[in-house]
Amino acid sequence: MERQFIARGMLAGALGGLLAFLFARIFAEPQIQRAIDYESGRDAAQSLLDKAAGLPVEAEGSDPFSRAVQGNLGIGVGMILFGVAMGGLFAVAYTLACGRVGNVRPRPLALLVALGGFLALYLVPFLKYPANPPAIGHEDTIRERSGLYLLMVGVSVVVLVGGVWLGQRLRARFTAWNAALLAALACAVVLGAVMLLLPSLGELKANVDQYGHHATETPLPLKDPQGRIVFPGFPADVLASFRLYSVAAQALLWATIGVAFAPLAERVLRRAPAGAAA
Amino acid sequence: MTTPSLPAERTTPVVLGGARAALWLFGTVLFSVALYYFIGVDQGATSVFGDNMYVHEFVHDARHFLGFPCH
Ligand SMILES: [Zn+2]
Repeated sequence: MERQFIARGMLAGALGGLLAFLFARIFAEPQIQRAIDYESGRDAAQSLLDKAAGLPVEAEGSDPFSRAVQGNLGIGVGMILFGVAMGGLFAVAYTLACGRVGNVRPRPLALLVALGGFLALYLVPFLKYPANPPAIGHEDTIRERSGLYLLMVGVSVVVLVGGVWLGQRLRARFTAWNAALLAALACAVVLGAVMLLLPSLGELKANVDQYGHHATETPLPLKDPQGRIVFPGFPADVLASFRLYSVAAQALLWATIGVAFAPLAERVLRRAPAGAAA
Repeated sequence: MTTPSLPAERTTPVVLGGARAALWLFGTVLFSVALYYFIGVDQGATSVFGDNMYVHEFVHDARHFLGFPCH
């Protein structure tokens, strides 16, 4: 039975990735292009400043893929494969959750597991380290930023699993409703504490050394030696739209996984008698 | 478990069947995490296929949009 779940989960994931890609192609790509244009403009202004100051001008690195490939094929392949990966993890979680999380019917369970995946693998880490378009993020801190992001993902997964376990334990003493609320509260407290303890990206040492104390790596206005602004800071509207669309795309992906998997799982479970796992 | 075919409308049964099932689940997690790594992390902070940027540059927009740190 687990093999049927895995195949269906990955299929649902591929479908979710495809829909999220179409959404990204329409809504996110224009914002990504604006961010890249901002980056090029800023780099040009920076080289003018460097030249005026007699500093060596940094050479442009060449990209192996054109923007057209990145913005159509690359993002498509990336989103669909990401969907497959999430569908695989979803199927494993669903298989393990069956019969272990109280009286939940197959369809609602699919939606709940998808909600859990959306929260633990994306939204909770996003609250601490939100998605950024190109032009935001310093080259020197990519190791630390990757490590912190993956740590946040790992913590979210552990806390979610712990929360589900706690909820099951509490059901012995409370109603299912209250047990769920208490478990959710415990998760929120633990996650809040972890987010308070982890550093903001702007406070990483390399950033403080170079730019001073800031909360994020979002580019501030570029100034010449006299302190005049020669290039504006990163456009706030582009950042806001990009992040909103990022959340929307992940919500779309996970909702598709849950909704597409639900009837398939129900059919698999109805066909096979309980306990006769294949 | 000898319950004859629980009606699927009511509740979900435990469906795990032994070591083979565990192996399938483990393999799936491994495969999925590897995919997640190549789309989200490889050739940024760490690199499996040497010091080039092909994977990173190809899925670049997806990486940003899916929430991973980049650049
Ligand atoms: Zn990037």
